[in-house]
Amino acid sequence: MLKVDNINVYYGKIHALKDVSLEVHPGEIVALIGANGAGKSTTLKTISGLLRSKTGSINFMDENISHTEAYKLVSKGMAHVPEGRHVFLQMTVLENLELGAYTSGKYVKEGIQNVFNRFPRLKHRKNQIAGTLSGGEQQMLAMGRALMSRPKLIMMDEPSMGLAPILVEQIFDIIRDLHESGTTILLVEQNAEMALRIADRAYVLESGRIKLSGTGAELAQSDEIKKAYLGG
Amino acid sequence: MTFVSNLINGISLGSVYAIIALGYTMVYGIAKMLNFAHGDVIMVGAYASYCTMIYLNWHPLLSILFSIVVCTILGVVIEAFAYKPLRRAGSLAVLITAIGVSYLLQNAALLIWGSTPKIFTSVVNIKPLSLFGGKLTITAESIVTVAACVLIMIGLTLFTQKTKMGKAMRAVSEDKDAAELMGVNVNTTISTTFAIGSALAAVAGVLLCSAYPTLVPTTGSMPGIKAFTAAVFGGIGSIPGTMLGGILLGIIEIFSKSYISTSLSDAIVFAVLIIVLLVKPTGILGKKVTEKV
Repeated sequence: MLKVDNINVYYGKIHALKDVSLEVHPGEIVALIGANGAGKSTTLKTISGLLRSKTGSINFMDENISHTEAYKLVSKGMAHVPEGRHVFLQMTVLENLELGAYTSGKYVKEGIQNVFNRFPRLKHRKNQIAGTLSGGEQQMLAMGRALMSRPKLIMMDEPSMGLAPILVEQIFDIIRDLHESGTTILLVEQNAEMALRIADRAYVLESGRIKLSGTGAELAQSDEIKKAYLGG
Repeated sequence: MTFVSNLINGISLGSVYAIIALGYTMVYGIAKMLNFAHGDVIMVGAYASYCTMIYLNWHPLLSILFSIVVCTILGVVIEAFAYKPLRRAGSLAVLITAIGVSYLLQNAALLIWGSTPKIFTSVVNIKPLSLFGGKLTITAESIVTVAACVLIMIGLTLFTQKTKMGKAMRAVSEDKDAAELMGVNVNTTISTTFAIGSALAAVAGVLLCSAYPTLVPTTGSMPGIKAFTAAVFGGIGSIPGTMLGGILLGIIEIFSKSYISTSLSDAIVFAVLIIVLLVKPTGILGKKVTEKV
């Protein structure tokens, strides 16, 4: 479904991603874990077209998207829930969701209903300005907004960041639910333990390079991972 | 009665400022840049309307439409050639480019139309309204200007609140990257904003010159700066704020002209701006958004 081949991304003179390659197959949850500044978000931003790679290629649904503008990828079936949520704080919950369906206008009503079924808390706050929501609600809104485009692949950047443990559990339950309903997921997480628990496969990113890869269970057992990321 | 008549003149002048200021506000809100050439687009609009009315004998309404078309195209072209290549550049580079575009337009107008003032014929040929046995006269221009201003504000508010494009504009104004991730084409949205702002400039130019009929290549620059002031005064980025700022500025200007001093009126206008910004840096209706992390 997604094949990233040998990309190199620079921020000015800083070499942020070094020969990164990864693959996501239909129906998988793939986790991308690593420390702060390892290049996880950069990888997602490059896939969704907000950043450009100097080398290599990115293929999505058998199409080379290395040079496709970010806004065109939404209608191809890719959704990206960015780090820090980036909901539209001055707009209402409903307006945020409507924008999520910007390219798939026909399903607005149906989509909103689906999102409200999945996140009942958003329904109660539908006419509230997103800036007044709590962090957890904003994360739900960001996820709901991404679902509005009925994506085939959804990329989530640190969905658990800054949330209370109980909310983290909830968010991961939702991710599992989404996966069970057939959505393919590429998940970036600092919370390696949680991520490895639900991931089919995972990649470990260190200083811009893929250090390790394997199934979630394999990596969770690996001594290297235990030492570096799981506090063992 | 002089008081009422001054007040009406002030509201009318302020409405012109408000229409110009809406152009500044929209472009600032969405592209986060100050389009200092906006005032000169007004001047081009006024010349376009003048030429078609005087040389081609067009009906005033038709000349206004023509002027709107000219300015819309001009706005989009300026954005595409001067500002778009600088999308990722620093704001200072964009600001300097805008000043350059402003001089370019003024000097091009000087080349085409010369420096001799043209006397603009009002597009409104309705008799002034006479009230209280002739003690109070309201020009038809004032009424048309205020009405246009109110209509434009209602129209823009509905557009940004209710339409898909309007919502996309608000999304881009708040968070460009997130809007792009929703599938919004940010470049098209910015062009559209310039198109709308410049169309408003055309309307403002025609109304301004109908009330103050001397048309020279620098006609747009002072109202442009004042409208920018009005936008900051009311709260740049906010439509009602900009509107309020424009009208208040017009009233302050006319009142200081008639009660204090004609030559000091501009100084007073800017002094008020400075005081407002010292007390409330976001302008009268500007809001400060706190971000939740």
